[in-house]
Amino acid sequence: MLFAVASLAVAVSMLFALIRALAGPSVFDRILAVNMFGTKTVLLIAIAGFFMGRPEFLDIALAYALINFIGTIAVMKFFRYRTLGLPRGGEDLGDL
Amino acid sequence: MGELSPLGLLRDGLAWVLVLGGSGFMLVGGLGVLRMPDFYTRQHAAGITDTSAAALILFALLLFAPDFLVAAKLVLILMFLLLTSPTASHALAQAAVASGVVPLADDWRTGENREAGRESAKDAGAGSGPASGERQ
Repeated sequence: MLFAVASLAVAVSMLFALIRALAGPSVFDRILAVNMFGTKTVLLIAIAGFFMGRPEFLDIALAYALINFIGTIAVMKFFRYRTLGLPRGGEDLGDL
Repeated sequence: MGELSPLGLLRDGLAWVLVLGGSGFMLVGGLGVLRMPDFYTRQHAAGITDTSAAALILFALLLFAPDFLVAAKLVLILMFLLLTSPTASHALAQAAVASGVVPLADDWRTGENREAGRESAKDAGAGSGPASGERQ
């Protein structure tokens, strides 16, 4: 019951984030919504592991948290510099 | 969570308080991401769910950890979320500022709108955010 309430709240919030990711006017809204969706996915995996009595799901949640962060940073770097390698112009641009 | 010992009841009550608080923050933050008028306010709403709601729900799960390894993994997930989520928020806001997204708020020095041709925010949720690529 406890875990059902928590996972229901997380699922509803994921639905809101998904609507914002589909309807966001700028690309930053979409990145924000996708990042939020990924964080909610980490929480949902952790809650589902406890819900089904298998807390080993936390390994998957841990890996997903790391991949989500790296993916967000990579997408932002791509949309700022238009490349995933070193920044092309300037020497003080490499702080993202 | 079915035993009737005083310690079990205390744990269940504390877990309910944490889960209800975290779910409230989660729903409020999701609604804010859907309904707030511009990008920076939406980011504020998303930051609530990434820190407060996630921390409360993970603390509630921590009360039900069967052994030390599961508790350590939960603390590790919480630490990663609390380290990476503000970093991602900061980088995203910096990228938005550098790319010329104008905040909806008035300038605090002059009291006039930063964006000259902005229509009144009657359809606040849908399409009033400025385009991503324009530079002022």
